[in-house]
Amino acid sequence: MKLIRAIAAMLGAMLLAAPAAVLAQQPLKIGFGMSLTGPLAGNGKAALIAMEIWRDDVNKKGGILGRKVEFIYYDDQTNPATVPSIYAKLLDVDKVDLVVSGYGTNVIAPAMPIMMQRKLTFMSLFGLNVNSKFKYDRYFQIMPAGPDPAIGWSQGFFDAAMGMNPKPRTVALVGADAEYPAMALEGARAHAKRVGLKVVYDKTYPPKTVDYSPIVRAIQATNPDIVFVASYPPDSAGMVRAATEVGLKTRMFGGGLVGPQFAALKTQLGPLLNGVVNYEFFVPELSKQFPFLEGFLKKYQERAAKEGVDPLGFYLPPYAYAMMQVLEQAIGKVGSLDQEKLAAYIHKAEFDTFVGKVRFAQNGEWARSRVMMTQYSGISGNGVEQFKKPGKVTVLYPKEYRTGDVKAPYHENKK
Amino acid sequence: MEFSAALLLNAIIAGLLLGGFYAAVSVGISISFGMLDVVNIAHPGFIILGSYIAYIVNTHFGVDPIAVSLLLSPLFFLLGMALYRVYYLCFEKRGQESLRGLAFFFGILFITEVALILIFGVDYRTVKTAYADTTLRLGVVDFPLRLVVPFLVSMAMVVGIQLFLTHTFFGRAVLAVAQDQLALRLMGVNPVRIKELAFALSIATAGVAGAFLIVIQPVEPSIGREYIGLVFAVCVLGGMGSIWGTLLGAFVLGLAESFTSTFFGPSWAPAVSFGLLLFALAFRPAGLFGR
Repeated sequence: MKLIRAIAAMLGAMLLAAPAAVLAQQPLKIGFGMSLTGPLAGNGKAALIAMEIWRDDVNKKGGILGRKVEFIYYDDQTNPATVPSIYAKLLDVDKVDLVVSGYGTNVIAPAMPIMMQRKLTFMSLFGLNVNSKFKYDRYFQIMPAGPDPAIGWSQGFFDAAMGMNPKPRTVALVGADAEYPAMALEGARAHAKRVGLKVVYDKTYPPKTVDYSPIVRAIQATNPDIVFVASYPPDSAGMVRAATEVGLKTRMFGGGLVGPQFAALKTQLGPLLNGVVNYEFFVPELSKQFPFLEGFLKKYQERAAKEGVDPLGFYLPPYAYAMMQVLEQAIGKVGSLDQEKLAAYIHKAEFDTFVGKVRFAQNGEWARSRVMMTQYSGISGNGVEQFKKPGKVTVLYPKEYRTGDVKAPYHENKK
Repeated sequence: MEFSAALLLNAIIAGLLLGGFYAAVSVGISISFGMLDVVNIAHPGFIILGSYIAYIVNTHFGVDPIAVSLLLSPLFFLLGMALYRVYYLCFEKRGQESLRGLAFFFGILFITEVALILIFGVDYRTVKTAYADTTLRLGVVDFPLRLVVPFLVSMAMVVGIQLFLTHTFFGRAVLAVAQDQLALRLMGVNPVRIKELAFALSIATAGVAGAFLIVIQPVEPSIGREYIGLVFAVCVLGGMGSIWGTLLGAFVLGLAESFTSTFFGPSWAPAVSFGLLLFALAFRPAGLFGR
């Protein structure tokens, strides 16, 4: 009888243990849509490379919860309309264990309803204030724009400007008729009011503009002390060129130009960037503060060269990696994929990532803005190698990373 | 903002320089759509193709992109001939050119775009030229060579095409195709052959305009779509099939954009440009130089 009981107990234990053992052998599937074609594919592909480097690093360490990590992803074509069906397929057909977002506001926002409906923890990559409307408590976003991105984005520009002697009194605000510039300009207006700057020019332009010199001349006619620009890559190039061609005389120029963070625009504009003040998320001058990034960037740059995407990788890739690190650390601490527990943990914990310590605010954005404001100088020629080494950028903000003061006026930097 | 003579003069020059570029991107459509009745919606795709070819040669051999485009324009001409031949055999000959032909050119546009994405990726590309960063100053007026050089070559191209069309047998045949194909056939000229060559000429101009584009601004494969509305607007405003009309329409839109950007706010520029188009068409439905 004892023998029969012992055999029955062993069989029972084996049956109970079997699913756990089988699960441990199954990969942990993470699903997402990513822009691999369409206007934002350059960034989408760069983000994918970074995420794949993370996956390989994690799998080398034995995976997460003892399971190898596997990605299932689809091209969202930079088209918001494709996003809901991609996530429905990932969850219902592919049966992924976790989902993360693709790159950018336009593809994050359409995924939100499905995340909320299924109560999923949703790590997202470079969405601008997406949660302001949804107010979803399991949403997290890795771009370091702070709890109020509109304010956090241009904080450094205006703080650096007000640190000049004498202080500026007037400001011109200009940007493209598009979502990001509208948000950045809204924040810039708030800052101008906060620091008591008189707004002498506040206009937007169509993103398809070919020649920006009439806009810069109109700005020059108002004689602003500083000029804040919020633009996407083609218009960033156009505005910087026009400012040089027109000989814009102002003390500070730039702030919210998207594009100079990438090698393509850095090398295209070359010396024209000298004097421009603009945001960055990482610069080689800060390598000592972010020691883990060096190894990552080496791996990234090798792959990026082969795949024809941004060869520097300072802007988005480190944050794509960090997004996955947050998820990895949260799962490790929680010990399961329970979505509620994961979200609760991410809310309360601080994460140690390649981009530094990350803590999230109640709305899922970074608890504190860390949009660096920098000024380019000493750029000669159009070679890309000069941008891989320190020496071409002065960090103006935040103060913990500051390496110097603003060199004003803007046009004197061109000489 | 204070109004000044310097601002006004610069707005005029900027508008004319911009108009010169618009004329280059639109003159091909004026030939294919205005004269041949071929709705080549893929025209901007060939402009971008021209940009990328100029980019490759400029990057590897350091040759000026506009010189490259002029040297390689025979290749674009041959490409245009081949494309028209396919279009003619598959659609025009069967009388299916209206909707299916339009879909064909849409397809060509997307295939071009995707091919460029697959080959070059989606990063913005640009070229290096000796003059791109130079601005000449005459008194208070600026002349950025980045716009002046494309303007001058564009003027030479547009005037050259107009002289070619009006002073050669082939050119007159092209103008005749636009008016009466049957009469042309009765005079012993094959209208299909004439259309093939004229369409090829329009594609050759797209290649050159592509070089202008990449000199003026960075390009990526899907940027061509942004020019679809513009090229047809210039063509319609100027008058279908009129090269001088295309030139005038391009200057009108260029000046409207420049003046609006300078004095009223750049976000109004498209509304003013297309408002002018509607206004002009209300009084001259055939366009400024249309018959």
